[in-house]
Amino acid sequence: MSTYDTLRHFADSWGLLFMLLIFLAVVVWVLRPGARTSYSEQADIPFKHEDRPAPTAKRADKTPVRGD
Amino acid sequence: MAMAQVGGLFLIALLALMGSVKAHDTQFAVHMALVAIIALAAAGWRLKTMDVSVKKTALQDREAHYMDDVVRAGAIATMFWAVIGLTVGVLIAFQLAFPHLNVEPYLNFSRLRPLHTSAVIFAFGGNALICTSFYVVQRTTGARLFGGGLPWFVFWGYQIFIVLAATGYLLGVTQSKEYAEPEWYIDLWLTVVWVAYLIVFLGTLVKRKEPHIYVANWFYLSFIVTIAMLHVVNNLAVPVSFLGSKSYSAFAGVQDALTQWWYGHNAVGFFLTAGFLGMMYYFIPKQAERPVYSYRLSIVHFWSLIFLYIWAGPHHLHYTALPDWAQTLGMVFSVMLWMPSWGGMINGLMTLSGAWDKLRTDPIIRMMVIAVAFYGMSTFEGPMMSIKAVNSLSHYTDWTIGHVHSGALGWVGMISFGAVYYLVPRLWMRPRLYSVRLVSWHFWLATIGIVLYAASMWVSGIMQGLMWREYNAEGFLVYSFVETVAAMHPYYIIRGLGGVMYLTGALIMAFNIYKTIRGDLRQEKPMGAAVEPAE
Repeated sequence: MSTYDTLRHFADSWGLLFMLLIFLAVVVWVLRPGARTSYSEQADIPFKHEDRPAPTAKRADKTPVRGD
Repeated sequence: MAMAQVGGLFLIALLALMGSVKAHDTQFAVHMALVAIIALAAAGWRLKTMDVSVKKTALQDREAHYMDDVVRAGAIATMFWAVIGLTVGVLIAFQLAFPHLNVEPYLNFSRLRPLHTSAVIFAFGGNALICTSFYVVQRTTGARLFGGGLPWFVFWGYQIFIVLAATGYLLGVTQSKEYAEPEWYIDLWLTVVWVAYLIVFLGTLVKRKEPHIYVANWFYLSFIVTIAMLHVVNNLAVPVSFLGSKSYSAFAGVQDALTQWWYGHNAVGFFLTAGFLGMMYYFIPKQAERPVYSYRLSIVHFWSLIFLYIWAGPHHLHYTALPDWAQTLGMVFSVMLWMPSWGGMINGLMTLSGAWDKLRTDPIIRMMVIAVAFYGMSTFEGPMMSIKAVNSLSHYTDWTIGHVHSGALGWVGMISFGAVYYLVPRLWMRPRLYSVRLVSWHFWLATIGIVLYAASMWVSGIMQGLMWREYNAEGFLVYSFVETVAAMHPYYIIRGLGGVMYLTGALIMAFNIYKTIRGDLRQEKPMGAAVEPAE
């Protein structure tokens, strides 16, 4: 068999199975029951740092700042 | 540092000038002269601003602010290129209806068409993606953009790429690959800019203050990484000379065709879909003031797109020399894409559950919702058209053009308009847009324009496909090619009118954005004010 045939048969058998298993593993991992609170926290990320970066040191003033 | 930069720019200008003098063709000479002028202008600007940069605020203080001026520039560039790209689109639509509008050689359809597609996809869409990704990645990581002045290099480098590509098309520089027309030296420049973009984005993610990476950033990152890969592989080419614009592809025959459509369809999948989904997952929750309907679904949406999209390209090559199994593979993966696409659409739409009343009062959210609806519609139509039996009717007809535009005008255009409307008052610290009612005007003009466009192209495309395959009792073709062209004339005019309406909407938007940036506020009745009860 030519390289082309070998690669093509590998791709539509073991290659396909490999990708499918990874994908299914990702889906199962995403749907794991323990992640509910973590995901609801992540969904709130856009509402946390609207005006300025998260502080590294202490900063007192809270007024919105126009970025430079 | 600054002196070295100025020196480097002068060196580039000198080399470009030499390239221009020694060039083997006029196009290359013009482009190198253009590069020299740009490099000299940049050097002049650097010399002028050198002293100021010394007095710039201390690093710690800068880290306490977002880098928003590059986002502001991006918002203006997005609006500018939208108007240019749509205007050229309207022009070429009428060139098809009235061939006398073709002005040889620089302004004929074949040169303006790539100008239109690149201006709307890469200039308008690309600037919208770069500008919103810079905004979103800062807000969702709680960190300032990485790389000091590098985001500015990305912004200006990308504009230079657009100008080189666009002027090249008019001069006749093309490597004849759809959506990848720019020649080798422009491709190399884009590669440099794109790597800088990747460094800025990744660097910001690395220094994030938020432990999790919000899903919008996953979509943006997949867009940046995949486009880098597609761009490099599809543009592998050997220049005829380093002083000339012409090059030849590293691939030949059907391999070249498959590489091109692997690139082409994934440009749809990762530029026009994944990138703009990043926009959807940030701006719809923000504008609706509620988190995304299901964060889990958004992650499944992401991984399904990643695993499926990359295989769908061969559906552009049905019934060609491409091996049959590859055609079937492309079709099957395209059909499977129905699921993540509709999952994503449902996720976007359901984010509004409990806030549906906003559709009445907030034309920006209405724009985002119609964008998601068009995303659902065109990702339904696309897989259907990828089925070989359907494709045998639809391929090479105007149906394809209609499909592309329901995705591009409906999904990409509307979500970008919504994002820019959201961004501009915030970026310039204005209480609201100049006029919310003008947004409503824009919404309706654009929506009706798309309906005219898509509907006329459905009729025209299916008619064209049916006329091509019409045989008489003796087995002869019933229609000559030119008869099918003549039959399409009325639909071309309707399509042009749809384009005019869409462009008018964009012009209204440009006016509205201009007034907002100036700080004007139009006195007007709020949207959706209580309706007088019927008596």
